[in-house]
Amino acid sequence: MMIERLQQVFPNEVLSTYTTAVGEAVAVLRKDKLHDVLAYLNQNSDCLCEALLDLCGVDYLSQLKPGEARFEVVYQLYSYQHNHRLRLRVKIPAEDMTLPSATDLWVGANWFEREAFDMFGFQFAGHPHLKRILMFEGFEGHPLRKDYPIEKRQKIPFPQEIP
Amino acid sequence: MAQALMTENSDLPTQNMVLNIGPSHPATHGALRLCAELDGETIVKATVEIGYLHRAFEKHTEVSTWSQIIPYTDRLNYCSSLLNNVAYARAVEQLLRIEIPERAVFIRVIVSELARIMDHLICVGTSAVDLGALSNFWYFFNVREQIYDWTEKLCGARLTTNYTRIGGVMRDLAPGFDEGIRKVLKSLNKALKDVTKLLGRNRIFMDRTQGVGIVTRDEAINWGFTGPCLRASGVPHDLRKAQPYYHYDEFDFEIPVGTVGDTYDRLMIRIEEMKQSVRIIEQALEKIPSGPVMVDDSRVALPPKEKVYGSIEGLMNHFMLLTDGIKPPQGEIYSAIEAGNGELGFYIVSDGGPKPYRIHCRPPCFPLTQAYERLVQGRMIADAIAILGSLNIVVGELDR
Repeated sequence: MMIERLQQVFPNEVLSTYTTAVGEAVAVLRKDKLHDVLAYLNQNSDCLCEALLDLCGVDYLSQLKPGEARFEVVYQLYSYQHNHRLRLRVKIPAEDMTLPSATDLWVGANWFEREAFDMFGFQFAGHPHLKRILMFEGFEGHPLRKDYPIEKRQKIPFPQEIP
Repeated sequence: MAQALMTENSDLPTQNMVLNIGPSHPATHGALRLCAELDGETIVKATVEIGYLHRAFEKHTEVSTWSQIIPYTDRLNYCSSLLNNVAYARAVEQLLRIEIPERAVFIRVIVSELARIMDHLICVGTSAVDLGALSNFWYFFNVREQIYDWTEKLCGARLTTNYTRIGGVMRDLAPGFDEGIRKVLKSLNKALKDVTKLLGRNRIFMDRTQGVGIVTRDEAINWGFTGPCLRASGVPHDLRKAQPYYHYDEFDFEIPVGTVGDTYDRLMIRIEEMKQSVRIIEQALEKIPSGPVMVDDSRVALPPKEKVYGSIEGLMNHFMLLTDGIKPPQGEIYSAIEAGNGELGFYIVSDGGPKPYRIHCRPPCFPLTQAYERLVQGRMIADAIAILGSLNIVVGELDR
């Protein structure tokens, strides 16, 4: 029900919607106006996704077809009011990896976005403190990208001060 | 003279001091670093740094077969590894659309609740130690040791259980499990009674925890809290009730909810939850049916030994499962269960191959830890220790 509403309100942004075999509602989005979509889902009384439970990136490099976006940012939203979940798969092309930060809607998005930045290099515009979280300062590259070699090792620099 | 000294003193320049706690510190319960800017003993601003225990779990999964990942999940929340095993196996089974046998379902419920009890025992026990109450720790760890003995009989390991398999569990319950666990539950109930008496109305404990690190209902939801910390703030949300799995809707148990959302509530909720877990285990032990513990599906389950040695089909099946592995269909899934700390979710993308394309683990500690920075602001260092204990941060799953 929620995905149909979303499709009606944002016909250009929602690329497709579907329900998985186990009944999860999924919407595939383009990243334009992403913040409007997230704000709508957060505030509209029919959706009311009060919680952002998870955010992660996926690199589809090995499955890439021409014309498709290489990356995806996946949001897992949950509404306590209606007890339903929604998954948003936002397509992010490799050429332009900026997308709006959701930290103003969900405070909890902060570290999840930092992790996605750390692992894939997404640039969350408007994030208050976008820096590495799991990897160390001075680490080069983004380890969960498919073109980051699994056996690559990097030297850990001398510990630095936290600002 | 005195007057002159006073004016002189008030002009003394003061400066905030930065105190570094961790990453290796007994109160942080793992490699967690807290940088606190202090004005006297009050924390003005705090920064948490994590990642000291990062083991590249998610990268490792991309080069492992689906079954090889189960031992990695032990090391996520090492206080309740059985729950991690269950969460991961259930996610892959959902992807494969496999229904596991009833007996395996009940076994998973029992071990999940035992793991939840162990998780809570550690959380409350060690938090009390941090506040100076050592005896509770021994009362709880005594019981935990007994549960570990049964875990050892169940799967041969105490900490790194590796108990579930995709399609069921490794082996059936050990002989005497039923009576043994009932005995353990009896001593657990006694320990819970003892500790409730020692802590519940303890003046020192109450002063140290009540009104400390309050999280309101809206804050908890906005921060992405789940599990006991969310319920302590007054949200009656538990995945076992809200989106039931494994017959949790058929068990008779309650969800304890806090009122204030402070450190006291977060710890007491866990004691109440253990009592509910005891109820669930008792009912599950009553209801558990007999039968196989592994699904009869050649896509995931190894064939019985007589088939491996007695027929070419069995041999080939065995060989292919071990060399090539399980191959879930193409697709993606987010599957979550109620773990000790909250919602433990796995987001899995499969390309139909013998190795996962991408696995993301949603550790329940992650949102809790990022709220920690704000919870300690304006509080004393001693409060910071009390709050940290009640959030139950397990760095293994935090850093993955």
